[in-house]
Amino acid sequence: MTLQDYNVTRSSNAARVAAILGALILITLVAAPWWAGRADMRLMGELFLYLALASLWNLMAGYAGLVSVGQQAFVGFGGYMLFALTMFAGLHPIAAIAGAGVLGALISVPVAVLIFRLRGAYFAIGTWVIAEVFRLGFAQISSLGGGSGSSLPVAIVKSLASKRAMRESISYWLALGAAVIVISAVYLFLRSRKGLALTAIRDNELAAGSLGIDIWRTKFIVYVVTSALTAMIGALIFLQKLRISPDAAFSVNDWTAFVIFIVVIGGIGTIEGPIIGTLVFFALRETLADLGTIYLIVLGVVAIVMMLKAPKGIWGLIRSRFDLQLFPLGYRVITPGKTDKS
Amino acid sequence: MGAILKLDELSKAFGAVTVADALSYEVQEGDALGVIGPNGAGKTSMFNLITGTLPSNSGKVLFAGQDVTKWNAARRSHAGIARSFQVPQPFSGMTVFENAMIAATQSAGLHGHEAERFCLRVLEQTELLPKANVLAGSLTLLERKRLELTRALCAKPKLLLLDEIAGGLTEAECTSLVQTIKDIHASGVTIIWIEHVVHALLEVVDRLIVIDFGKQIAEGEPHAIMNSAEVKEIYLGIEADA
Repeated sequence: MTLQDYNVTRSSNAARVAAILGALILITLVAAPWWAGRADMRLMGELFLYLALASLWNLMAGYAGLVSVGQQAFVGFGGYMLFALTMFAGLHPIAAIAGAGVLGALISVPVAVLIFRLRGAYFAIGTWVIAEVFRLGFAQISSLGGGSGSSLPVAIVKSLASKRAMRESISYWLALGAAVIVISAVYLFLRSRKGLALTAIRDNELAAGSLGIDIWRTKFIVYVVTSALTAMIGALIFLQKLRISPDAAFSVNDWTAFVIFIVVIGGIGTIEGPIIGTLVFFALRETLADLGTIYLIVLGVVAIVMMLKAPKGIWGLIRSRFDLQLFPLGYRVITPGKTDKS
Repeated sequence: MGAILKLDELSKAFGAVTVADALSYEVQEGDALGVIGPNGAGKTSMFNLITGTLPSNSGKVLFAGQDVTKWNAARRSHAGIARSFQVPQPFSGMTVFENAMIAATQSAGLHGHEAERFCLRVLEQTELLPKANVLAGSLTLLERKRLELTRALCAKPKLLLLDEIAGGLTEAECTSLVQTIKDIHASGVTIIWIEHVVHALLEVVDRLIVIDFGKQIAEGEPHAIMNSAEVKEIYLGIEADA
């Protein structure tokens, strides 16, 4: 038995099964306009956008350790950029979504330089303050409706597709596409060299720095990319809502608190966590929403119990029993004479 | 061979506490230097200053002829400085092999297959290959110390800083670790080793320095240093004339 007999693999049977199942589910979801009702499609569209937001927040907080409670700054910014670019620059809504991403990246650079001076709780509060500055700032712009907000003109809505059913399908596919692109991007990034560096930062910053990882630069790149994609998701959210106001666009509850709930419940610092968390969150919301405030109390209790009993979330519980990884990020050394058991 | 590391009046203080007081010495390429001194003397702080985890107040660090004083830890790691931590700092959510891969890809700059083969070779050398798929967080103390060494070696260092890597090990564990370190030194890596387990240290190093209150108080041939009255008094707490 020599070293030559050892092999390294980055795949596993569980991951291959998960990939096939994932592809089947994706095909079914793409075909939803032919089998699902309007209300269901709207709900699924919303679910996909939350999934995208949660995956992005997880990348930033769960891996880069940037616990922001101010990502609503970029959701709202993206939403407003959709309105501004379509209404004043005459861009097609889909081009405006891309534009919102570019502008989101640009605005996140000075924000990052400012708030990266803060650590821990101060960083979190700093991000929230920035989001409030964004909200107050956009409330001053009278051409975008000031404090009361504005609606997307009918002509722009119709430029997406003239028929309502088609518009709803396109809107649904955009949301599905956004979720798929975000999760794929997160997966490919984490599998790459830079992703390995980011995972090292997640586990131990001191050791990461000593092993050649530039911590500030890695975090900065993650922050800018996350913010740009969050702005694009924000643009998509308000393309579905067709109406924007500062309070709705920069809502800490809708775009950050619920997103943190999803990631914590599902399992922070894993790709699978936000997917499970989103499903749990929507299941709770759809069954309990009629109860009014009790729904929020239940969410709070669930979050507290999870944090005390299972700080690694539902996926953490599953992983501690079965050595599973649906998205194979790691490396596995195969010892000669033994078969790969996963 | 020239000096691979040169400290020039390197100083650091936290308020009234001086952890490095005008440290000045040279380490020649291929040397093995031992560092001893009482707890809290500033030995680990000296490593932090050399690796760039701690910024100095004054003085210079020269590595392979270059002034690296203003470089961050990542850049010094790329240049060829690697270390083990006194309190092991594993990436606990990753496997032993992945821990090694971080060093090989991020510090040594290896890619893909080449990086994987290199990590397997180092793991075999440090006797951690059977544990390759185990999460670093669930290793025993000896295994964690070996992982520290593994990661440092996977960074392909020119200069290896070992911080009390033999502390807390049994005699048998210590003997096999010393053999591993001897092999590494024999392969041409320059070593600076902080150690309280003096007999392990003396098997490897060819020069010793003594540090107390951040100051370098003695330097020279290991056995002569260990037998000097000054060291006995300050390091071992024995009165010189007792």
